[in-house]
Amino acid sequence: MEEDILLKASNLSLKDGNKVLLDTIDLSIKRREIVTIIGPNGAGKTTLLNILLGLRKPSAGLVYKSANCQIGYMPQKIQLNPLLPLSVEHFLSLASTHSKTSIAQMHVALKRTGVDALLKTEMASLSGGEVQRVLLARALIRKPNLLVLDEPVQGVDLKGQDQLYKLISDIRDELGCGVLMVSHDLHLVMASTDNVICLNQHICCHGHPESVSNHPAYIELFGNSISHVAAYTHHHDHDHNLHGEVCETTLKEK
Amino acid sequence: MIDFLWLALIAGTGVALVAAPLGSFVVWQRLAYFGDTLAHASLLGIAFSLLLTINIQLAIIASCLCVALLLVLLQTQRQLPSDTLLGIISHSSLALGLILVSVFDTGRLDLTLYLIGDILSTSQHDVIMILIVLVIVSSLTWRFWKHLLAITVNEELAQVEGVPVKKVRFLLLFMLALVIAVAIKVVGVLLITALLIIPAAGARYLSKSPIQMVFISGLLGCLSVYAGLASSFYWDTPAGPSIVAGTSALFILSLLIKRYST
Repeated sequence: MEEDILLKASNLSLKDGNKVLLDTIDLSIKRREIVTIIGPNGAGKTTLLNILLGLRKPSAGLVYKSANCQIGYMPQKIQLNPLLPLSVEHFLSLASTHSKTSIAQMHVALKRTGVDALLKTEMASLSGGEVQRVLLARALIRKPNLLVLDEPVQGVDLKGQDQLYKLISDIRDELGCGVLMVSHDLHLVMASTDNVICLNQHICCHGHPESVSNHPAYIELFGNSISHVAAYTHHHDHDHNLHGEVCETTLKEK
Repeated sequence: MIDFLWLALIAGTGVALVAAPLGSFVVWQRLAYFGDTLAHASLLGIAFSLLLTINIQLAIIASCLCVALLLVLLQTQRQLPSDTLLGIISHSSLALGLILVSVFDTGRLDLTLYLIGDILSTSQHDVIMILIVLVIVSSLTWRFWKHLLAITVNEELAQVEGVPVKKVRFLLLFMLALVIAVAIKVVGVLLITALLIIPAAGARYLSKSPIQMVFISGLLGCLSVYAGLASSFYWDTPAGPSIVAGTSALFILSLLIKRYST
């Protein structure tokens, strides 16, 4: 099992002056495992991710990255300047600064995330959901064995959120990669998560999604209100693709 | 044609071309205020060159580089928002520069020429300096284009994907300092940012890729320089401001072209 570990953090702490941002965090991500970090605003989710990615230094603790760990990263929200004329193709070509990314590679990645028609489109004219899929495609181009996704469904409608999480879990099955992501809603990710870490500066509780959702620490953080929302599930007899056309149901409802 | 006009034309063309890639990055990364700060700080350089009797252009380059370095260091702190910090440094150095120049000047320096530019008195020495900067900046931009573009799109993503973000950002500021130092001759301290951002902003409406935007911006910059010089030659208007007015006219023109071509 040890050799399957891609990324491991032990005793991570971060202080800004007297303020404790992160307190003795331990976690690890294995191959084929989806780990989701949830927590309220300001819990330090993105900060923790940044430390794991090496973008920020912790005040204490260690991050261990296995030698063959290739990370595909999807940042929280990408603020593109409308004055920058950048096509999806050009955006994807930036994924690797050492080698040239071929059109075929881009096509495969875009097809995988369901937006292969957008290759020549300008980034600035994409919708929220399309941007997220293009970002995911860029992460895939790097042939990662660890996907790190910061709020991957931001700016996407509920239906699209479901589809994106399904896509992420499919990609995990296909590539056999580990996935570490940040999410604000446990119930949406429940079906596709192996391990949930509930973060509020420190790790309040962690484990399988079902056990976490019943954990007193989780209920204290989020209250009971969430379960009412999540209790509403229904089935569609048809589905819409990205262009809004009706098509066969591709999504298995939870 | 008269000699000084030839030199002015070459200098203007060189500065317009070298301003194009940097102007585009200034627009994309929202560095306009940053450019202003470097330009204002160059007045301090002018003051020191008077004080120490060293070459003015070298002093300007040195002061721009020092301030760029200082800003990079100061931007890692989180006490002051970046625009406030820039405002403080920008206007303090402008004020201090003006004071020092008037104290140490023995009457041989016309401050106005530094504030609004003095392209018509371009010397061969100036032209050589501009061409050297043009060669340095264009080869560095060519070599590091992908890195520069990657940090423009998203710094975190670029860093995870292996771009040495801090070095590339410093390279950009270094080139910006060089360009500002030589462009002062053409349009002066007060109008330098205009020469950087207006052609680039205009080029946005006519281009479909970042590289195209850089080239079109260079073209617009050159046309503005020729229009400004012509206006200065025939109607005796001040050259620097005329060039900037030219960039504004071309900006509006490209806006109209975009509107009526689609």
